[in-house]
Amino acid sequence: MTGRLVWENLKHRPMRSLLSVLLMGVPVTLILALVGLTHGLLEGSQERQRNTGADIIIRASTASGVVNFSGAPIPEKVAGKIEEQPHVKTAVGVLNHSIDPPLVITGVDTANFDRMNGGFDYKMGGPLRQPDDILIDEAYASQTHKSVGDTVRLLNHDWRVCGIIGEGKLARIAVKLPILQDLDAVTGKVSQIYVKVDDPANIKTVVDELEGLETGYKINTMEDYLAMFTPGNIGGVKEFTVVVMSIGVIIGFFVVCLSMYMAVLQRTREIGILKSLGASKGFILAIIETEALLMGIGGTILGILMSYVACWLVRTLVPASIPMIIVQSWWPLAGLITLLGAALGALYPGLSAASHDPIEALAYE
Amino acid sequence: MSSGNRNGNPIIEAQGLRKIYRVGKVDVPALRGVDLRVAAGEFVAIVGPSGSGKSTLFHIIGGLTPPTEGQIRVAGQDLAAMSDAGRTQLRKRTVGFVFQKFNLLPNLTARHNIEVARYIAGNRGAADQHFLDVLNLLGVSDRLDHKPAALSGGEQQRIAIARAIVNHPAILLADEPTGNLDSENSKAVLELLRDLNQQMGQTILMITHNPEAAAYGHRTVRMRDGRIEE
Repeated sequence: MTGRLVWENLKHRPMRSLLSVLLMGVPVTLILALVGLTHGLLEGSQERQRNTGADIIIRASTASGVVNFSGAPIPEKVAGKIEEQPHVKTAVGVLNHSIDPPLVITGVDTANFDRMNGGFDYKMGGPLRQPDDILIDEAYASQTHKSVGDTVRLLNHDWRVCGIIGEGKLARIAVKLPILQDLDAVTGKVSQIYVKVDDPANIKTVVDELEGLETGYKINTMEDYLAMFTPGNIGGVKEFTVVVMSIGVIIGFFVVCLSMYMAVLQRTREIGILKSLGASKGFILAIIETEALLMGIGGTILGILMSYVACWLVRTLVPASIPMIIVQSWWPLAGLITLLGAALGALYPGLSAASHDPIEALAYE
Repeated sequence: MSSGNRNGNPIIEAQGLRKIYRVGKVDVPALRGVDLRVAAGEFVAIVGPSGSGKSTLFHIIGGLTPPTEGQIRVAGQDLAAMSDAGRTQLRKRTVGFVFQKFNLLPNLTARHNIEVARYIAGNRGAADQHFLDVLNLLGVSDRLDHKPAALSGGEQQRIAIARAIVNHPAILLADEPTGNLDSENSKAVLELLRDLNQQMGQTILMITHNPEAAAYGHRTVRMRDGRIEE
């Protein structure tokens, strides 16, 4: 009967109910969009690193976090020395230049990279040949509406698209290493070095050898490096997520508080009727809380649906810049946050309704 | 003391009942010492001008508000000493209300308006045969699936009466039950109340301004200025 009473109340003022559900769904969408963005960014970066085919990665000693956007502190010749070590098959130095985070242009020696793992997967066009040639992946091509032969202006420089590459391998945008070094005024320097060993069984041995050289660089197996791709390892993301979640609780709280307070005012007489029938304070509070929680469940479902819409929009409009994905594992948490906001928000109106004087409530017009 | 002895057992006993409302910084006495005795099975009409304290007496007997002073026992329960939770329990089963404005829940059908009263009182099973007989007596069996807005005033009041007695209360309190009805529906409702009293022994206290309505009761109690006139 409580459920029927609540359901009929929700149906009785459908616009208020729908607006409340919609407003409660917004923070759910915000949370899921943020999580989808960070996870998409990490998974995209992770995939591009994994698919280089490297077994070991060498980064600057000052490299903080896992997503290295810029900087070129490692002499390129280090790659040559590494290649001289036993069991090392290939060492490829690359230079990263952040253009519009998280977008990065990568300078690479494609001949070396080809030897590591077969090189890029060309969907259209071919490899870098001329100094102004640029490779872009399918997502970036879709985002910028560029194709082979088009001109792309980046780093205050006009590039000719020579090829469209498949997503998820080393870089979204790649140019010749010496050209990028020249533009960045870091001739002979790279951001990181990928190392391929002759046999996976020798990875640990090679890492030990490289550490023995005491170069001071960070040396990780690719497996260890990929394991670092968590939101906690990207500066501020964890804190930002907590802030957005808190905002979600606060929005849910205020939306429900306002909505239920209005509902209680509009239903003062009905509350008086229930009290005249012997409804306890707990019963009245339970009705208000149940109604708020039902709206919270509706808000969660709507918020999840809206996150799909947001994801579709983002992936359609800016697939390269914002690699958003749907993270289903966050649905329960987003729902709990919404329900917490709803339950807290309904508390004051609920207690207010429960403590109504029945005579005054019955006289309410 | 205004008293009755329909079957000798008083179901309502009030003595020296006073009620003072605080309005801003002013104390407003609504009851100034009411003595009343109602026997089980009586149908008592309470009449008096506006502000005479009828509704306040009704609210105290119904457990909607506590008295400021005096003794009041309803179905053997001391209301003066009763907590808010105790009065809530009293309203569940001991008293049933019928109001001038019907006071049905507008979102629920007539059936669910009755069921909600049963639910609050803790009656979860199907309605008993006795109550189904009452529904037939009320003549609303075919209107149960309509919401109040689709019912006439007379039908709404009959549903309100059904809701008030569904938990077999010891006392039915009717506050101007015909105040919003035309003469035809008023007559029908008053006859229903009389039938409930005569056929089922329902104790009824009815507030009214209408002398014709008061005549349906076994006796009439007159109030003025917060007191019962002898």
